[in-house]
Amino acid sequence: MLREGDIRIPSGCAISGFINRKGNRVAGDQIIRSIALMHDRSNGLGGGFAAYGIYPEFKDYYAFHLFYEDNTVRENTERYLTTHFNLEMGGPIPTRKTKGITNAPLIWRYFVKPKLEMLYQTELSPNEFVVERVMEINTLCRGAYIFSSGKNMGAFKGVGYPEDIGEFYRLDEYQGYTWTAHGRFPTNTPGWWGGAHPFTLLDWSVVHNGEISSYDANRRFLEMFGYKCTLQTDTEAIAYIFDLLLRRHCLPLDVAVSVVASPFWAEIDRMPEQKKKLYRSARIVYSSLLINGPFSIILGSDNGIMALNDRLKLRPLTAAEHGDFLYVASEESAIREICPSPERVWSPRGGEPVIGVLEDGVVETDDSACLKL
Amino acid sequence: MVTIDSRGIYYMNLNKQIRQEVKNGADEILLKNVNGQRYIADAIRGNIKFTIEGIPGNDLAAYMDGPEVIVKGNAQDAVANTMNGGTIVINGDAGDTLGYAMRGGEVFIRGNVGYRVGIHMKEYGEQIPTIVVGGKTGDFLGEYMAGGIIVVLGQPDGNEVIGNYCGTGMHGGVMYIRGEIPAHKLGREVQTAELTDKDIEFLEGIISRYKDYFKLQLKDIKCSDFTKLQPQGTRPYGDLYTKY
Amino acid sequence: MTVKKPKFLIDRDRELCNDCGVCVRQCANEVHYADEKNKQIKCKPAECVNCQRCVSLCPKGALAVKQAPQEFSGNANWNIDIINAIQAQADSGGILLTGMGCSRPMPSYFDRMMLNASQVTNPSIDPLREPMELRTFLGRKPASLTLEGSQPTELPPQLELEIPIMFSAMSFGAISLNAIKSLAAAAESEHTFYNTGEGGLHKDLFQYGKNTITQVASGRFGVDIDYLNAGSAIEIKIGQGAKPGIGGHLPGEKVGRDVSETRMIPIESDAISPAPHHDIYSIEDLTQLIFSLKEAIEYTKPIFVKIAAVHNVAAIASGIARAGADVIAIDGYRGSTGAAPLRTRDHVGIPIELALAAVDSRLRDEGIRNEVSLVVGGSIRHSADVVKAIALGADAVYIGTAALIALGCHVCQKCYTGKCNWGIATQRPELVKRLNPEAGAERAANLIRAWKHEIKELLGGMGINAIESLRGNRLMLRAVGMTNKELEILGVKAAGE
Repeated sequence: MLREGDIRIPSGCAISGFINRKGNRVAGDQIIRSIALMHDRSNGLGGGFAAYGIYPEFKDYYAFHLFYEDNTVRENTERYLTTHFNLEMGGPIPTRKTKGITNAPLIWRYFVKPKLEMLYQTELSPNEFVVERVMEINTLCRGAYIFSSGKNMGAFKGVGYPEDIGEFYRLDEYQGYTWTAHGRFPTNTPGWWGGAHPFTLLDWSVVHNGEISSYDANRRFLEMFGYKCTLQTDTEAIAYIFDLLLRRHCLPLDVAVSVVASPFWAEIDRMPEQKKKLYRSARIVYSSLLINGPFSIILGSDNGIMALNDRLKLRPLTAAEHGDFLYVASEESAIREICPSPERVWSPRGGEPVIGVLEDGVVETDDSACLKL
Repeated sequence: MVTIDSRGIYYMNLNKQIRQEVKNGADEILLKNVNGQRYIADAIRGNIKFTIEGIPGNDLAAYMDGPEVIVKGNAQDAVANTMNGGTIVINGDAGDTLGYAMRGGEVFIRGNVGYRVGIHMKEYGEQIPTIVVGGKTGDFLGEYMAGGIIVVLGQPDGNEVIGNYCGTGMHGGVMYIRGEIPAHKLGREVQTAELTDKDIEFLEGIISRYKDYFKLQLKDIKCSDFTKLQPQGTRPYGDLYTKY
Repeated sequence: MTVKKPKFLIDRDRELCNDCGVCVRQCANEVHYADEKNKQIKCKPAECVNCQRCVSLCPKGALAVKQAPQEFSGNANWNIDIINAIQAQADSGGILLTGMGCSRPMPSYFDRMMLNASQVTNPSIDPLREPMELRTFLGRKPASLTLEGSQPTELPPQLELEIPIMFSAMSFGAISLNAIKSLAAAAESEHTFYNTGEGGLHKDLFQYGKNTITQVASGRFGVDIDYLNAGSAIEIKIGQGAKPGIGGHLPGEKVGRDVSETRMIPIESDAISPAPHHDIYSIEDLTQLIFSLKEAIEYTKPIFVKIAAVHNVAAIASGIARAGADVIAIDGYRGSTGAAPLRTRDHVGIPIELALAAVDSRLRDEGIRNEVSLVVGGSIRHSADVVKAIALGADAVYIGTAALIALGCHVCQKCYTGKCNWGIATQRPELVKRLNPEAGAERAANLIRAWKHEIKELLGGMGINAIESLRGNRLMLRAVGMTNKELEILGVKAAGE
C-alpha cells in the first residue's frame, strides 16, 4: 500500500490551540480535552499536538523527534546525526500503552547543536543548517523521519484519535505555554505515523483544516527555494510558505497574511495609495503563494500563535480570550470545554488573522523563527 | 560643455547621467576615459555633440536620432544599430555589423570595418543612410541592403578593398567601392553599373567631407576609379516560391 | 503536362440560384463569373480556395463548397497532396508556399489532458456569484519582496491583464489595417494587449498605445524612438512557430503607401526579414539587444523575447531569462503565419504543450521561474486550451488564428496570396473595406469575453478563485493515452492515478 508522501491524501480535520501570553505553562491534559470534544471531526487515522515551552532545561538545543522503522535505521541515522551535531542527550520518548494505538514506530528524541566546524564548512546559520539536515534525512533516509526540530518545543503525533495519541505520549506530564492540536479525517489511511499532523519545521508548527486547491502551484514555487515537499500535504506546504515569508524573506506578519489570504483585487484597488502599493506588490511577487481553497490554520512559533482562514472563509474558526489566554478552535464548544466562560468570543473574518504573542520578556525566545509583527 | 569622466562607471549609470545632462539641456558632452561602456547615445534625440575619448562599447548610437558623435579611438561592434539620424565620426577602426538596419544619418570611419557592415540598411523618403569607410571591409558588406549608400575608400593601397559575398541579397541602395571588384566577391543579387556624373559629384562631395573630418590629403584617390554596385532588382526572391 | 486540378468543387443549387452575381463580386479569386451567352453564373473551381465567402454571403443559400472527389491511386504514402506538391515543383522549381499553421494530423496533447473538478473534499466555486480573479501581471518579479520601512521597493515594470489572453503578433502587411484596428480596439476594451508584429505601427494605432506590444524583429521595420516608446512593452522576435529558423518576406506588391509609411521602406520594395537578428549570433548578444532597448526606453517597460518551440527550448528559455528578458513568449509548431514554406511550417519545431512543460520545469529547477513570465501560443483554440496551458505553467497565452477566425477567417491557408476575401490577410482596398473595424472589434471582444466566462467556470469547478493558483498547478491535469515519457515531460499524472 502507498503511504503518505507517495500519494496525496485529501483530509478534513479539527484544530484547536491556545497560548498563555504571560508565558505561564499548563499541562497537556487541557488541550487533549479540547480536541477530544471534536472527536467526530476526525476518523481515527491521525492526531497530534505541538507544545511550546516544554524543554526549558534544554532551551538552547534543537529538540529532534524522530520516527524509526527499526533499529538498523536508527543506528545509521544516529551515525549521520553525530557527524553533523553534538548530541547532548538522546533516548526514546516516553509513551504509555494506550487502547486504540497500534503499530507505533520507534520514537526517539535528541537534544542537539550543530557542530561548529560544520557551520564553518557550510557557511550556514544554525537554523539553515538544521533545515538542510532535516530535509536531507527526510528525503534520503527511508525509514527515518524527523517530525520535530525546534527549540524548547516539540510535536507529538501518530495514527489514531488525537485524545488517544495524547494519552500515548503522556502529554499530561508536559508543561507548555502554547499548545495546538489536530484531529484528522484523511480519506485514506496514511500508512505511517509521519503522515499525521502537526507538521513542524524549526520552531514552526502548523495544524490545518481543509483541502487547498492551489497545492501544486504552491509546492512548485516552494521547491524553487529548496523546500522538498515529501509528504504531499497542504500542512507541509503551508509551514514552508510561512518559513519562507517570515523567516527567510523577513516579511512582517501582516504582509505574509496578505500573501497567503490576499484580499481580492477589487478590494486592493479600493485601498488608499500606500496600502494599495504594498498589497499589490506583495501579491504580484508572491502570487504563487496565495493559498486558494478552504483552509483554517493555526501557525505556532516560539513567541506566539496565529490562526487564519482562507479569504472566502470556507472553513470554521472561532476565537476566544480569557485573561492571559487566547484560544482558537474549529468549534466554539472545543474552547468552552476548557474555558467555560471566556471574556470574549468571536468568529474572525476570512483572511483576518487572530494573533496571540507572548508579552515581552516573559519567555526567552530565539527570534529567527517567530511571528514578526 | 559637460565633461564626464567615465572611468570605471558601469554603462547603466553612465548613460543615466548622460540622459540627465541631455534633459538639463546640455548641447555638448565630452566623455573621457570611456572603455567598453555600451549604448552611448542610445535613442538620444536632438542637436547634441558627443565627443568620446577611448573605446566606446557595442551598440554605440543605437536608435539615435540627430546627435553628432565623435569617437577619438576605435569603435567596437554594432555601431549605429537601427540609427535614424545624426552623424558618427570614428577616428580609427570599427567592428562588425556597423549600420545594421540603419535608416538615416551618416557614419564616417577613418580606418577599417569588420564583417556585415551596412547589413539591411534601408532608406525611406528623405532619409538616406550613408556609411563611408576609409579603409577596407570584411565579408558580406551591404548584405540584404535595402537602401542607403556605402562608400569604401580602400586605403592605404586600394587593393583587396572588400571581402567576399558583397551585397548578397541586396535589393536597394547603392555602393561605391574603390577600384575593380572581381566578380567572385559579389553576391548574386548585385550588378555593377557605370558611374554617372551625378555619382562622381556625390563621391567628390563625400570624400572631401571625409578628408575634412580626418584632416587627410588622399591625393591618389580618384572618383572615376570607383565601382558602382546596385541591386539587380527590388524583388530578389520573386521567383523563389510556388503557390500551393 | 499538369493542368491544375481543382481541390474543391462548387455545388450551386440551380433551383435556388437567381444569378444575382453576389458570388462574382465577392470572389477575389475569380472563381465565379457571369457567362454572357446564356446569362448564367458559372465557375472555375480550380481557383477556389474554399474560404467560404461566397457560401456565407449568397442571399439564397444556393452555394456549397466540397472537397473535390479526386482520389488518385489510393496509395496512403504517395497521396494526393504529395503528388500535387511534386507536380507544382516540377512545373516551377519553387519552394512550396503556404499560410496559417501546420495542417498535418499530428496528435494534440491539449486534447489528451483532462481537467480536475472538486467533489466533497473541497468545494467548487460558483463564478456567477462569488469573486473569480483572472488578473495577470507579466514582467520580471524579484525573488523576494523587500520593504523600506513599510513601503515595498519599486517593482520592475509589469503589464496588467484582466484576462490572460493576448492577441499574438500579426504585422501590418501580413494582415490588413482594419484587422489590426479590430484587435487593438478589442484589446483596449478587454484590458489586454495586441502585438504589432514586425511591421511597424500605423499612425492610426498610436491611440491604442497602452494596449500595444511593439515588436522588434530582424528586419527592424518601422523601429525608431517613437515606435519603441509607443506601446506598453517591446517584444524581440527571434522566431515563430510556423517557421522557426527562417526569416520573413513581405512581397513588394503588398507594400502600398500605408505599409510603406509604417514599415519606413519605399513603396513596392520587398520587405525581407533576415533569418537571425544580425546583432545576435550568441546568447550574450541577446543581452546586448535587450539592454539596448531597455536603455532606449529608460527601463520603463517589460521586454519580451519570443522564440519558436524547438528541440532545445528549455535550455534556450533559461538562457533568455538569464539574458535579462522579462517575459518569454514561446510559439509551438502549430503557430500560424501569413506565409511560410510548406515544409518548414509542417515539419519544424515541437508541440507547445511539451515545450511549455519543459521550459516551466527547467526554469523552476534553475530557481528562476518567478523572475520571468511565460506566454505561449501556437494553436490555442478554446478556453480549455488556455486553462490547460496555464496549469502546465504559462502565465498567459497568445491567440492569433482564433482571433482571425472571430473576424471571419475560415482557415483556407491562402493568406500569402493577398486575396483574402474576408478583408483580413490582404492589402487590396476593395477587400480590406469588407472588414469593418468596429464590427471586428466587437467580435474579437465577444470571443475574449466568452472565453473569460468559460475559464471562470472551469476554475470554479476546480475550487480555484484566482488564476495564479492555477499557474503551474499540474495536479489539476490528468493525461489520457500518453506514454510514460510524455507524462514525465508534461509532469502530469495519468487519469486514474
